[in-house]
Amino acid sequence: MAAPLTLVLIIAVTIRAILFRSSLAELLIERVEVVSPLNAWKRVVEGLALLDLGVSPYSGDVFHETPLIIYLFHFVIDYADIVFMVADGITAVALYLAVQDYNKNVFRKQKYALEGDRYPADCLELIRSPKEMYYIPLKVALFYLLNPFTIFSCVAKSTCGLNNAIVALFILSTIKGSALLSAIFLAVATYQSIYPLTLFVPALLYQLQRLYIPVSLYRTSFWLFTLQYASMYLGSLCVIVCLSFFLLNTWDFIPSVYGFILSVPDLTPNIGLFWYFFAEMFEHFRLFFICVFQINVFFYTIPLSVKLKEHPVFLMFMQIAIISIFKSYPTVGDISLYMAFLPVWNHLYRFLRNIFLVACVMLACSALFPVLWHLWIYAGSANSNFYYAITLLFNVGQILLVSDYFYAFLRREHHLTHGLYLKRKDGSEATLVLK
Amino acid sequence: MGLLSDPNRRRALTTLLTRLNTPLCVVCYLAGVAWFMGLAFQPFTLRTYMSENAMGSTMVEEHFPAGERALAMGREFSAHKKQAGGMPVDWLVKAMQAKGLEVFTQSFSRTLPFPDENKERYMVRGTNVYGILRAPRAPRTESLVFSAPCSPQGNDQAVGLLLGLAQYFRGQIYWAKDIIFLVNEHDLIGMQAWLEGYHHTNSTGMSWTPLHGRGGSIQAALTLELSSDVITSLDLVLEGLNGQLPNLDLANLFYAFCQKINVLCTIQGKLQRNDWDSVAGYSHAVQTMLLMVLKQASGRPWGDHGLFLRYHVEAATIRGINSFRQYKTDATTVGRLIEGMYRKLNNLLERLHQSYFFYLLPSLSHFVSIGYYMPAFGLLILIPLLRALDLWVQLEGAAPAAVDGLVDGEQPSSPGFLSVMTPVVISHLTGVALYTLPVLAQQAAVEHFPVSETEAVVLTAIAIYTAGLALPHNTHRVLSGQGTEEGWRVLKLVAVLYMAVLLACTALINFSLGFILALTLVPVAAFITPHVPRIPSALAMVLLSPACTLLFSVFVYQELQETPVSLLDGWSLFLSVISQGILDHNLYGSLVYPLISLLVYPCWLLLWNILFWK
Repeated sequence: MAAPLTLVLIIAVTIRAILFRSSLAELLIERVEVVSPLNAWKRVVEGLALLDLGVSPYSGDVFHETPLIIYLFHFVIDYADIVFMVADGITAVALYLAVQDYNKNVFRKQKYALEGDRYPADCLELIRSPKEMYYIPLKVALFYLLNPFTIFSCVAKSTCGLNNAIVALFILSTIKGSALLSAIFLAVATYQSIYPLTLFVPALLYQLQRLYIPVSLYRTSFWLFTLQYASMYLGSLCVIVCLSFFLLNTWDFIPSVYGFILSVPDLTPNIGLFWYFFAEMFEHFRLFFICVFQINVFFYTIPLSVKLKEHPVFLMFMQIAIISIFKSYPTVGDISLYMAFLPVWNHLYRFLRNIFLVACVMLACSALFPVLWHLWIYAGSANSNFYYAITLLFNVGQILLVSDYFYAFLRREHHLTHGLYLKRKDGSEATLVLK
Repeated sequence: MGLLSDPNRRRALTTLLTRLNTPLCVVCYLAGVAWFMGLAFQPFTLRTYMSENAMGSTMVEEHFPAGERALAMGREFSAHKKQAGGMPVDWLVKAMQAKGLEVFTQSFSRTLPFPDENKERYMVRGTNVYGILRAPRAPRTESLVFSAPCSPQGNDQAVGLLLGLAQYFRGQIYWAKDIIFLVNEHDLIGMQAWLEGYHHTNSTGMSWTPLHGRGGSIQAALTLELSSDVITSLDLVLEGLNGQLPNLDLANLFYAFCQKINVLCTIQGKLQRNDWDSVAGYSHAVQTMLLMVLKQASGRPWGDHGLFLRYHVEAATIRGINSFRQYKTDATTVGRLIEGMYRKLNNLLERLHQSYFFYLLPSLSHFVSIGYYMPAFGLLILIPLLRALDLWVQLEGAAPAAVDGLVDGEQPSSPGFLSVMTPVVISHLTGVALYTLPVLAQQAAVEHFPVSETEAVVLTAIAIYTAGLALPHNTHRVLSGQGTEEGWRVLKLVAVLYMAVLLACTALINFSLGFILALTLVPVAAFITPHVPRIPSALAMVLLSPACTLLFSVFVYQELQETPVSLLDGWSLFLSVISQGILDHNLYGSLVYPLISLLVYPCWLLLWNILFWK
């Protein structure tokens, strides 16, 4: 399996290398769909210039990267193209290995369940075969590397690619069962963009499951492990933040990065939901609605982790998708990360209901973004409402996609316990309805 | 959410949509066409009204007295032009300086990719002369442009009037915006050079000398074309590059002043009629609107104003027409009309933005806004979507994991990714060839065939277009053996969705182009399968292909202009339209040619491929 992966990597790198040299790169570096104020390459360059001049890069309101990123690029600025390509490669390989391991686990569990005769008799067609699971890791890598969204994001040198790599490494170390590494990568991811904080829960659940510790509030072992993992996480977060402080000798980065993410002062249009709302809103409602919008990202963690506590990897997928939909400065790079997971849920395909609709919506919206941007900004004939309408539709499409997968997953689990052909009490055929 | 989550209701809806698919498509098409034709019916349109407060309620008076002097100046200009054999730069600079303007010149040169036979030019070299009247009343942050092209055939009266107005404007104290008086040579090429120089951009690889003087940001621009001393009516030209239109308030302003000064005004060369309830009146409105649609769809600038729109400047061309009518208007009146329009534009506090940017005009006093005409397009675009839904349901049905995931059986091998991708890639490569080869290969073509460069370009384009019909079909068989029943369904699904997205994007940028393409492409997309009788369908497809659409448009346009042409003349006109389209793309960056060759034509080839699927 290493050979196809290498081939995919080579193809992906070739495409990126060609595009880096083409005029498309200059175009993409400005596109609001691909770069946000948080991860635009131009801003990184500006920050580096300030740093070289001996000025704090956070003076002024241009630079919003974390200190670690600026120091990374301080050393590798000449090889920036390569760094971004390598980051994409790392993400793909990490996801590949993670999914491979996860699939092994799934298959093992399924075998035990089969041996224990726990599935209803008519559910055999829901059982997953090694044959169909064999190519899934490769498909994941393929989906990530050849997704136009990832390619655009990489060619525009959006630092979103680096964040994706960190999250992918976190997923890999979690699935491989290394609590310490998982905590460290989670801390780095949180440090980079706060929102991955919500991935703490699925990571914890996965490791508990791996160590056969039941999730019960009355068990000391549960509390012991939670405390252990949380302290590793908080400890490394603390170390990284302090390290950043010592690198720049100032706390400026806290308001400039995290304040910027949470209070959303920059209302440049993007594919997210924030900009239009807060551009239109009266100033005195702003704080309240900022809270409402931001809680949106974090709040779903609770119901989802209750519902999906047996399936932490699916929970992780849901969380990443929710983050990329509801975060304050989303770009297409964020979307590509959760889209890479779609092949893992191939077996849910038969239960998906709106995939055609969603695919059409996402396709049409992706084509309409640049068109409406052109009409609004260059031709001056359309206005922001047109663009926002498409943003809204795009996000509705994403939400439908995620909820469709959620429904399909739950439905499959339901069938695995209750049998595939449900009967009503009177014996007629029943259908499941989500209300 | 009920519809999206309740499987029973969904099933009911999908069966309804699939069973009634064909009738629904036919109804949608007819309804779309009927809606569009209904747009010209006066009760369904809105009256134009001035939205901009700064131009609406304020009163201005027009006093321009010196029409005769302006015409004399025009005659002098004409004499000097003849003498210099082009733009009389020195004379014009002196004349403008004498009027008290700050005068600057800009020279430019441009080699066309191939000779333009309509205007007989290849290596273009020229000079623009412009004078700036500085605003006495305000900081010089905004400006208005008044331009008159210097062309070999006439238009001297316009230049004369421009000079006369400059002299008169100089004496007035109320100007709050700089007024730039521009005389541009070689019509659009000169205008392009001047605009690029003014805005420090270079999008088309033209070489020009930088401008030494500039006013503030340009708020609005008018171009005047006059070729006789007296006129019977004034025609307003709005269609700009890529079908962009200026804000409707500019048209309203023109209309309001024509009413006030009592000048006959036309649009698309058609006078307004009052008998909207008669058949003749309605057909007159339809003709006017269709002319606008055809002109807009062509994507070319129909006057020198057309390039301003790209820079976010509202602009229009006013064209004086002298016909056999009794009632004549003299140059003084035209001057007063323009004076009035500039005084109102001078009052603007911000750019024109209040009124509509997306509209169609069945007459100058009535307009159709985007909200009214988009449903016509929406109905057409619904057809490919319905078809796509139908195909999706069929594909789902063919795969055993059917409705609601409850049917068992082994998944058959799905049609190979390759068998679908190959036609897509090959069609697009043909498109790329159509886009690049005509201009690249002209040298070789001229050497080997007895044709001129222009003919070489056009004929190469047509040759590649025709060769494309023979090339891509059945390519999938080379790779994946026999094409399957599912193969063409998947390919058609891809093609139909592709077309829907493509047409939707086109219609947003240029409604007319999108609508005309939808009118011809949508029926093709709807009916084509490998099982329809091959020869008549192939004939129908060719007749509805993008090139034939263009041919029909040429004939319809001539018909509507009331200058019908014979078949042979129509054909030569068709050839010149193609060469103009390629030139427009190369010179001004018009997007129609690349759109057709890189996207629409490959999309049509995909459908062609399906017809010959075996």
